[in-house]
Formats: sequence, C-alpha cells, structure tokens
Amino acid sequence: MEKILVGLKRVVDYNVRVRVKSDGSGVETDGVKMSINPFDEIALEEALRIKDRGEATEVIVISIGASESQQQLRTGLAMGADRAILVTSNGDIDPLSRARAFLEIVNREGPDLVILGKQAIDDDNNQTGQMLAALWGRPQATFASRFELDGNRARVTREVDVGLETIEIDLPAVVTTDLRLNEPRYVKLPDIMKAKKKPMDVIPIDELGIGSAPAIAELSFEAPATRQKGIIVNDVPALVSALKDKGLL
Amino acid sequence: MAKILVIAEHDGVTLNPSVAKIVACAAEIDAANIDVVVFAESANSIAAEAAQLDSISRVLTVENPANKDAPAAILAPQVASLTSAYSHVFGPSTTFGKDLMPRVAALLGVNQISDIMSVDGSHTFKRPIYAGNAIVTVEAPSDHPVVATVRIASYKAVSTNNSASIENADVSVELPTSTRFVALEAGKSDRPDLQTAAKVVSGGRALGSLENFDLIYRLAEKMGAGVGASRAAVDAGYVPNEMQVGQTGKIIAPDLYFAIGISGAIQHLTGIKDAGTIVAINKDEEAPIFEVADFGLVGDLFKIVPELIAALG
Repeated sequence: MEKILVGLKRVVDYNVRVRVKSDGSGVETDGVKMSINPFDEIALEEALRIKDRGEATEVIVISIGASESQQQLRTGLAMGADRAILVTSNGDIDPLSRARAFLEIVNREGPDLVILGKQAIDDDNNQTGQMLAALWGRPQATFASRFELDGNRARVTREVDVGLETIEIDLPAVVTTDLRLNEPRYVKLPDIMKAKKKPMDVIPIDELGIGSAPAIAELSFEAPATRQKGIIVNDVPALVSALKDKGLL
Repeated sequence: MAKILVIAEHDGVTLNPSVAKIVACAAEIDAANIDVVVFAESANSIAAEAAQLDSISRVLTVENPANKDAPAAILAPQVASLTSAYSHVFGPSTTFGKDLMPRVAALLGVNQISDIMSVDGSHTFKRPIYAGNAIVTVEAPSDHPVVATVRIASYKAVSTNNSASIENADVSVELPTSTRFVALEAGKSDRPDLQTAAKVVSGGRALGSLENFDLIYRLAEKMGAGVGASRAAVDAGYVPNEMQVGQTGKIIAPDLYFAIGISGAIQHLTGIKDAGTIVAINKDEEAPIFEVADFGLVGDLFKIVPELIAALG
C-alpha cells in the first residue's frame, strides 16, 4: 500500500495527576507536561512497522489542535514519519469536527489506511476513529491488538470484553489501537535533528470548510468524590473477621 | 417529551447484563418511554429476556442473517435508520457500545456523550474525564438526538417484572460487506463475569508469573469471585486482556474487591472507585492502593493469600 495516515493528539502527559481548577472552569493545564497521546504513539509505531516491512511507502502524521501540537508532530517525525500535517485551531475541537477535519485530509491524501489511538487520555471520549470511518463510509477495526496486511485487505484482532475478536476489513479503512498492539520505539537524538528538516504543512481548520458540529457544552468541572482511607489490619484473621462483620464473607 | 431507544448487547442467545443498567439510566430521564432494540439473526430468546425489564415500553427486533456477530459498520446504519422517532439513543460503555455508538452519532451528525455516570436533566449529564480525575457536567443540544454510552458501573440493573410487547421493526438500509467477522476467541471460564460479579479478586505485577497467578484463581474460587488484573499483569502476559481492570480496561463496581500485589496506579483506581469495599494486600506500605482501601494488609502476598485461602476453607 502507499500511504498511511496517523493521528497524533497533544495531551497532558500520562504521569501527570490532573487537578480541577478551584473555580470549576476546567482542569489545570498551565505549566503541565504535554505529550503524544499514548495510544497515538502505538498507532504511529504500527504504521512505521508496516512501512519497515516494505508494505507501505509513506507515513504521514496529522495533528488537529493548537499550534503547539507541532512539538508532538516533530516527535512523530523523529520516530520515523515522513511528513506532517498540522491543522490549527485555537479553541477546543469536538470529536465530530475532528473526524470531519480528518476526512478532508483523507480526501486530499487518499490513504490506504488511517491508524488512530482508541481514545485520548484527556477527554477519554473514544469517538474520533469510529466517526471518521462512518463519514468516510469505510470499515473500522477498533481496539486492535494485532494487524496483518493481506493485499488490499487486513485481518485485525480486537480486544473486546469477552476476549479477542478477529475481523477482516477491505482497505481503505480506519484502525484504532489498543495497548498491546506494540511497544513504541524510543526516539534517538540524531533522528530529532533529522526530523527538523522533514516537511510540515500547516492548515488553519477554517480552510477545510467543515462547518460547525452541534457541540456538547461543558458546563462545569469538579473533582471526583474521594474514598475515605480505611484501616490497616494486622493479620489474616483480623481481615476475615472484619469482612464477616460487614457481611461480605 | 423524551423517547429513548436502548441498543441491546447480546451474544446471539442471551441478553447482556449491561442492558438492564442502561434502562436504569434511561428511566431517570423518562421511565414511560423506553424501547429496547435487538439486532440479531434470531432474536426470540434475547427479546423475551429484554421484555421482562421494568420501564420498557416495547422491544423491537431486527432479524437478519447479517446481524449475526455483526460489526459496527453493519449495525450503525440500521440503528441510525430507526432513530427518527427518538430523542435519545443509548448504548453501553462496553467494547460493543464504544465501537458502535460513535459510528451511529456520526451518521446522525452529532457528537456522542461518552460514559454517562449520572443524569442531571434530559440533556444534562455527568461524565468522567482524565481517567476519572475530573468529572465534567455536559449539556447536549436539545434540537438534536442525544447519542450516548452509559457507564454501566454507575447503575444498578432494573428489576424484571415486566412483560413488554415484542414487535418486528422494519429496517431497509443497504448493508456494507467490507467488514467481515472471522472469529471470537472468548476466555473460557465458569467463574462469575468480571463486570457483574458481586466479588472480584485482582492480581498485579507482584504475582511475578503466570504460574503464580494461580493463587489468585484459587482465592477467587473459594470466595465465588470473578477475577481481574492490573494492566501490568496483563502486559506481562500473566492473564489475557479481557481481565484488565482500569481506565482502558473494565470499569467495575463489585460489593467486595481484593487488590493483591497491585500498587494502585490512578489508571487502575479509576476502574474500581465505585466498588463497595476494597481490600488491599501489598508488601509496600506506601503503595497508593492503601489510600483508597477500606482494609489494608501489609505483607508478602505469597504468605498472606494461602493463609486467607485456608481461613476461608
């Protein structure tokens, strides 16, 4: 196949413990470390492995968001992507608008495969890949843990609640990644230098002509209810008797 | 007035327990106007189960050989074609619902509300973000259908004293053939289902090996509990993926939860925050799991768990 498109979302780093702002207007993101959404890193790794096997010729990374997202795209280029497209937007972008923006890029680039993370670890929405597949009218293979190319088809194993489901999809298609699809490579310093010379197109989202989707308003944010810290028991008999007292054993 | 369509998850024979919980959520919006739809090759036994759920007005069935093990690409256009009479379309926040519902939402030209954890009004809901580190109150536009997944750990199943009518629904949309089901490799187990079990025992990386994880199975068997695991234990290959509890695995709410050799990363804690009683067994007294545990026992799990099994004997 020729082209693979991969989405990279800039999100608050996996290790940051996010806090709600005291006025409930959002979560604190000032001065917080930002990274590529971990599931998107897995998506890029999978695309690069397909290319490394000689089954694809070009890997393009795309980010839709604030101009700072170019940092994550540069990391993607250093990992091995060939070029990058940044769709810039100042405000928050809802999943349907993201899917519509992706579709515009898909229509311009004509990829054989789009690989996205199954969910972003900020809004935890888990929507964009499925929405893109719907708007594109193409198959989706979500929560992938194994991907095998077979000519113009692919066989994908999906992590589902009861176990592993395998489906066959005709390409082009959208695949979204689960945790165990692969382990992303580390970026090497010389590759970071090389990545600076790789091309990055910047397209303001307004130029894509996607209109506006009916948005879901975010009215207020709050910290979750916290559990009370319990007690430390000394030994197994004490634990068993405490649980029996509560009628749990 | 609200009118809610609930998409029934099933395995071809029996109704998934998620349906009774989605109905409980829907009933908070309008308990008099809820229909359940079953897409299947043969819907009889599934529809009969659904018809018993309290608050259901009708069960709609859409029978088609193409609906056997149907992927989202085949179900979504059928769901979308049924929605014109409804103000809300709800599915479960299981892998089935997470796969299907955003595809439905896109066909209807709306955003989806993911993981409803409480209903504040017909169009206002609370949902978790950032692995449950924040709760956001969201409002869907009132002039569009609300497409949502319901966080099933947040709801108790409705009772089954009903006998709603069962009707065939007419669906005539072209179905794609570009996505084909090949196989389902389901974990074989006669243990209680992880997502609905009243008691769950989970093991973490500290178990150290696939063989050692047997300890967890033995304790679970003694307790009649389901078995779960931390991401670390799944990644290490001790147990299969379907046993992962946490932000990106299963969100569960058992009455009693045992976390054994699990340090308690925030991503794991988000999967158990609705559990009734949490018991933690860990050799590291500083482990974050003790911050949320109702009962903690500090020590070597390889000594404590066999003792526990013997004590329950």
